[in-house]
Amino acid sequence: MADIQSPVPGTFYHRPSPDHPPFKAAGDNVAVGDVIGLVEVMKSFIDVEAEAAGTFESYAVENEAAVSAGDVLATLKK
Amino acid sequence: MNIQRLFIANRGEIAVRIIRAAQSLGIHTIQAYSEADAAMLAVRMADEAVCIGPPKASDSYLNPEAVVQAAKDSGADAVHPGYGFLAETPDFVRTVEAAGMIFVGPSADTIARMGDKVSARQAAEAAGVPVVPGSDGRISDMDEAAALALRIGYPVMIKASAGGGGRGIRIAQTPEDLAREAPQARQEAQAVFGDGGIYIEKVISRPRHIEVQIMGDGTRAVHCFERECSLQRRRQKVWEEAPAFDLPEPTREAMCDAAVNMARAVNYRGAGTIEYLYDAVADEFFFIEMNTRIQVEHPVTEMITGLDLVALMLRIAGGEDLPLVQSDIQLRGHAIEVRLNAEDPLKKFMPFPGIVAALNLPDSGGIRVDHFLYEGYQIPPFYDSLIAKLIVHAPTRAQAIDKMTLALDTIEIGGLKTTLPLHKALARSADLRAGNIHTQWLEPWLEAGNLNVSAGGAS
Repeated sequence: MADIQSPVPGTFYHRPSPDHPPFKAAGDNVAVGDVIGLVEVMKSFIDVEAEAAGTFESYAVENEAAVSAGDVLATLKK
Repeated sequence: MNIQRLFIANRGEIAVRIIRAAQSLGIHTIQAYSEADAAMLAVRMADEAVCIGPPKASDSYLNPEAVVQAAKDSGADAVHPGYGFLAETPDFVRTVEAAGMIFVGPSADTIARMGDKVSARQAAEAAGVPVVPGSDGRISDMDEAAALALRIGYPVMIKASAGGGGRGIRIAQTPEDLAREAPQARQEAQAVFGDGGIYIEKVISRPRHIEVQIMGDGTRAVHCFERECSLQRRRQKVWEEAPAFDLPEPTREAMCDAAVNMARAVNYRGAGTIEYLYDAVADEFFFIEMNTRIQVEHPVTEMITGLDLVALMLRIAGGEDLPLVQSDIQLRGHAIEVRLNAEDPLKKFMPFPGIVAALNLPDSGGIRVDHFLYEGYQIPPFYDSLIAKLIVHAPTRAQAIDKMTLALDTIEIGGLKTTLPLHKALARSADLRAGNIHTQWLEPWLEAGNLNVSAGGAS
């Protein structure tokens, strides 16, 4: 298990844009540096990148949820 | 005055500014806030406050039904929209008015007309205001294009009608370029956008952004001189001045008169801004757009004219005639405003929504700070990064830059990364002091590392 945390506070998005699928789905391979979501902070969009490799398990918060810095956004299986 | 209870449908520093103006007129204030904004300064200052929804702007400040319902339920008789959010949404104005309240601003029809690029350009031309010379629509005949380009003068831009945001633009320096590029541009536009329409427009090199503040009551209109907003990053204004520097007096008069003509021609009511591009070499100006709201940078105009623009908006919306004639409005001295954003300019302007620690905000001797800060305040991450505007006023531009330098050294906003280092570096810039700037100056200056050098302590 590895947690991916939010680098900044803001609004978390699973998708690059509303008409795209989520960045990752359960079972997807995740490499270091892969973007798994976006956090919108003060009208800027910050990429949320995986800091460890693994298999994507699930998002830990809803799409468009308000998050704080350090909140767990998604979990990986090693 | 037909306004007794004012609903403020905005947040941040402009909500504070509107409350101050309303209180100076004895108006009861009702502040809207989202769930993320319960602790903001405007909520503490207002006579009442009403929650209008969740943090996300589209569910609160940008939700016309929620805003109008809250305003109605609170017994408001008028709504001030501030800037941004719903300030320039014609349907919001109609909803406010249908609910029996006054919208503090122009009519829905005026907002709609000025918000559309084509109809705004037509309104400008009809009022005799110069627009960027071009084909005024699609052009299909290449001989016609060549004749037009010769008439407006090279270089010209070839733009795809269906393009936008800089896509599908080519520049022709000579007739030979045009003969080669125009057919290619049409092919490319057809392939990329499925529409081969192109049009031609004059290239204005090193343009400056100069805008004129106007105020109207639906019948009469006056101008409050101009502002220079040429320092921009990603099309966002960073540092604003009033008046524009080194502007020939006949040009200033022509710009201001043209703005008043346009305001009169559309029976403008409230505060508005006519924006121009200015070509300093040719000493020519061209209309680009009209903003039908109070603007972020309105304080520099207030400093040089002594007017309270927000109070004037409220008086006019409340049914008064414009209480000024043009000769009442005198230009005195020079003012500069810098926008302080909660961003780290040394880390690619990364937003920094932290908790405000020690505050020292100078507020005397021609220095003013418009803000919504207090010690211990948590800046919410959901909205714009603008946290304060530092404004100075002095007899001359050189003295205003000196005063800004001093004010930037005095002001203290603890706990946050802000754009203060950017402004300190700008205030030291020889180009800026010499007026050798234009709208395409700041971004290359940043890319060249000027900020990092100055922030590192070197002069």
